[in-house]
Amino acid sequence: MDQPNNKRFGMVIDLDKCTGCGACMVACMAENNVPFREDDTDKLLSIAWMRVYRLKNGKSFPQAEECFLPRPCQHCEGHHGHSPCVSVCPATATDYDMQTGIVSQVPTRCFGCRYCMAACPYHVRQFNWWDPVWPDGMERSLNPDVSVRMRGIVEKCSFCYHRYQRALDKAYAEGRRDLKEHEYQTACTQACPAGAITFGDLNNPAHAVHKLAQPDMAHEGQSRNPKAFRLLERLGTNTKIYYLSSKEWVRKAGDTAVQKA
Amino acid sequence: MDSALIPKGVKRCPIGQFAVFIAVVGAVLLWGVVAMFLCYIKGLNQTNMNNAYGFALWIWADLAVIALGGGAFFTGLLRYIIGKDELKNIINYAVLIGFVCYSSALLILAIDVGQPLRAWFIFWHANVHSMLTEVAFCLTCYFGVLTIEYIPLILENRQLDKVPFCHHLSHNMHGIMAVFAATGAFLSFFHQGSLGGVTGVLFGRPFGYRTGIGIWPWTFFLYTWSAAACGPCFTIFITRITEAATRKKLVKDNVIDLLAKIAGWMLLTYIVAKIIDTWYWAAVTAPSMGLTLMDFYSNNPGSAYGLWILIAEVGICGVLPAIMLVSGSVRRSPALLFIAVTLAVIGACLNRWVMVLQTQAVPVLSFESWFTYFPSWQEIATTILPVAYGVILIALSYRYLPIFPQEQELNPIEGGK
Amino acid sequence: MFPFSFEWVWDMGHMVFHGGLWYALSILGMGVTYCIIKAVYDTAKGQGGHHGHGQH
Ligand code: SF4
Ligand code: SF4
Repeated sequence: MDQPNNKRFGMVIDLDKCTGCGACMVACMAENNVPFREDDTDKLLSIAWMRVYRLKNGKSFPQAEECFLPRPCQHCEGHHGHSPCVSVCPATATDYDMQTGIVSQVPTRCFGCRYCMAACPYHVRQFNWWDPVWPDGMERSLNPDVSVRMRGIVEKCSFCYHRYQRALDKAYAEGRRDLKEHEYQTACTQACPAGAITFGDLNNPAHAVHKLAQPDMAHEGQSRNPKAFRLLERLGTNTKIYYLSSKEWVRKAGDTAVQKA
Repeated sequence: MDSALIPKGVKRCPIGQFAVFIAVVGAVLLWGVVAMFLCYIKGLNQTNMNNAYGFALWIWADLAVIALGGGAFFTGLLRYIIGKDELKNIINYAVLIGFVCYSSALLILAIDVGQPLRAWFIFWHANVHSMLTEVAFCLTCYFGVLTIEYIPLILENRQLDKVPFCHHLSHNMHGIMAVFAATGAFLSFFHQGSLGGVTGVLFGRPFGYRTGIGIWPWTFFLYTWSAAACGPCFTIFITRITEAATRKKLVKDNVIDLLAKIAGWMLLTYIVAKIIDTWYWAAVTAPSMGLTLMDFYSNNPGSAYGLWILIAEVGICGVLPAIMLVSGSVRRSPALLFIAVTLAVIGACLNRWVMVLQTQAVPVLSFESWFTYFPSWQEIATTILPVAYGVILIALSYRYLPIFPQEQELNPIEGGK
Repeated sequence: MFPFSFEWVWDMGHMVFHGGLWYALSILGMGVTYCIIKAVYDTAKGQGGHHGHGQH
């Protein structure tokens, strides 16, 4: 299963660079045909595959600081692909792909039991409480590579998997078996004006993500970079999104316990 | 009017009175049905669930109702496998209550899934590693068992029994009931346990997560055990209510006493295990995940209960009824016995409530806070719907089927028939 | 549920789970079938004879 040439796609998000502009969220919505409603103010009912959180250090002026934290699906690997959400889905509607490290979601297979939502500690998985309604004329600008979803099912970030497939198709047509780093990039990565998001194969030492994240595979991918952290690392979710921050309080925010202490 | 259908040698209220009762409960049922169709037609936006509360009132109702329906498998096990023969006087009712509970659970599940038309995927595309898959399979199979156990009862209706085929079928089914009961106990063990596993395996949710042996978290065994303890309590609880409603004694005291005694010892052993589990989780499991016990019980908004919910579940509705039920003098007092079984029933419901709801309310990410939820009227109505259905089914069964073998002896009719 | 669905694998998990499932289902199935067949037989046999129903 775990061949050495397997890929582990992942992301490094530099929180020192993120300005909280939300371009990644917008790009993701457009790329993946994410439905929205006229009144989308209740964020617990709306869908966003990528969500930017606003973190505060809890101090008052002049020590008050804040930080924006973009949160896509963390594509948890757990132990050997035992991610929190994949292991619980009764209908095999979500899968951990050992070849890419991507946690997929099959919208036509999901029947909406929402067990995976209860399992994901990052609130990544969101439910289609309504059928999507596109404003007049917008159907024509939907992305033909991504199927639209119906009400009653769960959806989440796929690392723009259709872009991977498209890049592979192109490479195969040109007689290549492998992709160059720039050929497969997610929509959010490309949209970020600050260049805060880096995407690539964590297993490939030539890729920028590998150099930034410096994953220690002997310790479930823990980063050797002192500036890096992952969200809720101690739960054993073994995520593939690494965050960089020069601020200690931000790095601590990734861990429930230390923050609370 | 319907006297030809009423079992021989017992007295039932006039048909008019019965019809009024059914109509009143039927109105409640109708209210639930309306809410159910709203959910089907408009979708789950009719509920107050949200992306943080994917599991809510319905899943709690499922878990609670199945725990309480556990009286059927456990009484069956005691009667047919272990050979507690006296229990034959309450087994029919335990089966009927179980049947109501399990059909209710299936009904609620069918409303709860976002795409009911795809519900069969859970069987067809089963992921055998998911606790919910195991629940779905065992629950459906066990519902089959309960149906098999309920059918002979229906066939014993005075008119149906006159049909030779029905008579023989019912007789034959009684003959090999032990086989069905054993299969039912096997299935129950697994689905009651898997329901415990539902939250127990969530290693992203420190409140619900438990260590265990192999693929089974400790909650797997705790749920089975508590269902075996509280299920019979629920059977006694409903029996007492039925007796009050019919103003008749239906089951002899020694039968109730035996069942209550066994349930008491089950509850006592369960609650000891539960306390050890809670302690281990609070002292070892949760801290290893970065949270202390008080993180789970302080600052929760909209509810000032804090630790009281734990004290209520384990102490007031756990230890207390367990001690009451193992004491013979308490069991001999009808009032105290009723209080004890009621507390045990509340305890099981509270446990399921906490494991489902609080697991999701607790913030895990340090920059999120507690999530609150209150069910919509549609959720409440669809949860009351099975209760109304249960009342109607029990009323019909009581009226037309010989559910209580001791009724005739305990309530002789002057003159007879 | 069946070996021909594409997510099926012949591993321990599937064998134990479905082994248990089909075992339970066949016991139930055979039990019910037995009861029905025997009831048909009893009915046919009883038709010529007396028509009383005692306690079982
Ligand atoms: S972040 Fe959530 S949805 Fe994504 S892989 Fe992890 S558990 Fe699953
Ligand atoms: S909601 Fe869909 S993806 Fe999630 S566990 Fe249920 S069937 Fe699987």
